[in-house]
Amino acid sequence: MSTLGIQVTAVQKSFGRGEARTLVLKDTDFTAERGRLTMLVGPSGCGKTTLLSIIAGTLHADGGSIEVLGERLDTMNANRIAKFRAKNLGFIFQQFNLIPTLTAAENVSVPLVIQGLSNRKAERKACEALEWVGLSDHTHFLPAKMSGGQQQRVAIARALVHEPPVILCDEPTSSLDSENGRLVMELLRKATEQRDRLVLVVTHDNRTYRFADRMAEMEDGRILRVLKDQPEIGTHHPPGL
Amino acid sequence: MIRIALKMLFGDRGKYVMLISGITFATLLMSQGMSLFCGLMTWTFSTLRNVRAPIWVADPKVEQCNDNKPLRDTDTARVRSVDGVAWAVPLFQNLSMARMQDGTSKMLTLIGLDNNTLIGAPSRIIAGRLEDLRMPNTVILDDFGVERLSEGRDTPIGIGDVFEINDREARIVAICKTYRSFTGGPYVFTTYDRAVQYAPSQRKMLSFVLVAPQPGVTDEELAARISAQTGLAAFTHRAFTRATFMWYIRNTGIPINVGTIVIIGFIIGAVISGQTFYSFVLENTRHFAALRAMGASSGKLASMLLMQAAVVGFIGYGTGLGLVSVLGRNLLKLGKVPFLLMWQIAAIVGTAVLVIVVISAIFGIVRIIRLEPAIVFR
Repeated sequence: MSTLGIQVTAVQKSFGRGEARTLVLKDTDFTAERGRLTMLVGPSGCGKTTLLSIIAGTLHADGGSIEVLGERLDTMNANRIAKFRAKNLGFIFQQFNLIPTLTAAENVSVPLVIQGLSNRKAERKACEALEWVGLSDHTHFLPAKMSGGQQQRVAIARALVHEPPVILCDEPTSSLDSENGRLVMELLRKATEQRDRLVLVVTHDNRTYRFADRMAEMEDGRILRVLKDQPEIGTHHPPGL
Repeated sequence: MIRIALKMLFGDRGKYVMLISGITFATLLMSQGMSLFCGLMTWTFSTLRNVRAPIWVADPKVEQCNDNKPLRDTDTARVRSVDGVAWAVPLFQNLSMARMQDGTSKMLTLIGLDNNTLIGAPSRIIAGRLEDLRMPNTVILDDFGVERLSEGRDTPIGIGDVFEINDREARIVAICKTYRSFTGGPYVFTTYDRAVQYAPSQRKMLSFVLVAPQPGVTDEELAARISAQTGLAAFTHRAFTRATFMWYIRNTGIPINVGTIVIIGFIIGAVISGQTFYSFVLENTRHFAALRAMGASSGKLASMLLMQAAVVGFIGYGTGLGLVSVLGRNLLKLGKVPFLLMWQIAAIVGTAVLVIVVISAIFGIVRIIRLEPAIVFR
């Protein structure tokens, strides 16, 4: 049975001031459940990434409440949010954001090091995570020596290494070819099924829609509709490549 | 986090080398300037280092040890009459010209020591004997004098060789080591009476009276007593050294010139390092933002930047100081350039480098603290 992992209520966010002010999120409500892979889709500029940033606690909302794993992020100070993120959230970015001078294992160990684990222990766990994503023979590779798909798998390992209950992904497949995109989505599916995890994927890559358990469609700063299962998703979004 | 910080730093080799170079160059400029300054300043009171005496008595108008305002010969006796004086002997000091056998002339600092005691004689005789100074027309020449007076000769000048001071014969009976003089001329030691004969005749010839206190009397007490009772200026060795040092600070452009070099070194170091470090932070903004998004606190990121700046500062400072030491060693071998690298200089430059790296790190830290981690999603 799924439980609510993210609950966003009447969130507002605008950028700019005066006449240049643009309202990006307009009293947006959104929920995501644990144990499910939820996709947040919509056209460019509809506010998907802004909503993801607010859920991640990396961007402050102008109003509304943001609850992740039962904790109100909008009332926490910066340090508490940082600690909350370090413990509970894993991130997968569109541009991978691997540190180019660190090896794959070192990159993956970063969330554990942030939590205070020793380098040796962190790297040992990082190697296990890399094995999980099928890169056990690439632990000492620098990002520049790996393909885009491999780099994104390293990023997935980094997001999972500290076993967070929530994974937030921003366009994880948009820089990848279809084969690597499929591989990444399969890993994210696998991650969802482990530990009753909540995986939230912001995307506009319709090739990945078939991996979603649930889909929220956004338009003009609001959730337009929520598609609750794969048949419903398939009805509105015929399978891509 | 420290290892991550260091790997980020060392991985960007271009920036890393540039940062190290900036700090090294700043350290080099600052310490070299200060070492030259200290070396040059020690030259100003070389006479006090070469002629050792607890108390120096001079004309009341004398402000520093290279200032020659002669006293009356009777002043030695007046000083001896002051209670607490163990001994008081005359000393002659003058700039004279040495004429070589080939007709060339060289400037030298002529020191005339008390005929009987030879008090103030050089302590480091490297050839010959001090006692031979009692023979007629004899002098002791320093090692720099050997070099200077040997110019144009087939063999270096040495013991037994003869030159002229003001048309009077001077025969070398010993070679000594001395500290170089500010005027650049070598030191020549002889007896007081002979020095007076060598020097152009004046009504008053006595330059200083060298004095030592009796046991139980401090140098300071006796100097004050001599001043009060004779009206002459009496300095302890330390006070005269300080007075000479300060006179050159106040009355010459040396501190301004050296200070300019040091300030330029500091500015160059701060600008190169600050700019490069800031550009390093800018280039890594996305990675710092990712670290922040993953839960690294501002404090952790600040400590990473401080660590990076500190490592760069430490390596650059060490390299710079090492280069200055090598440079100084070679300059000292040449013997023509003043150079004195004291631990105080290393400490001052170290502090300046610390300021540079802290300023550089602060710019980066401010940037990172203001950073919106949401940029990683853009």
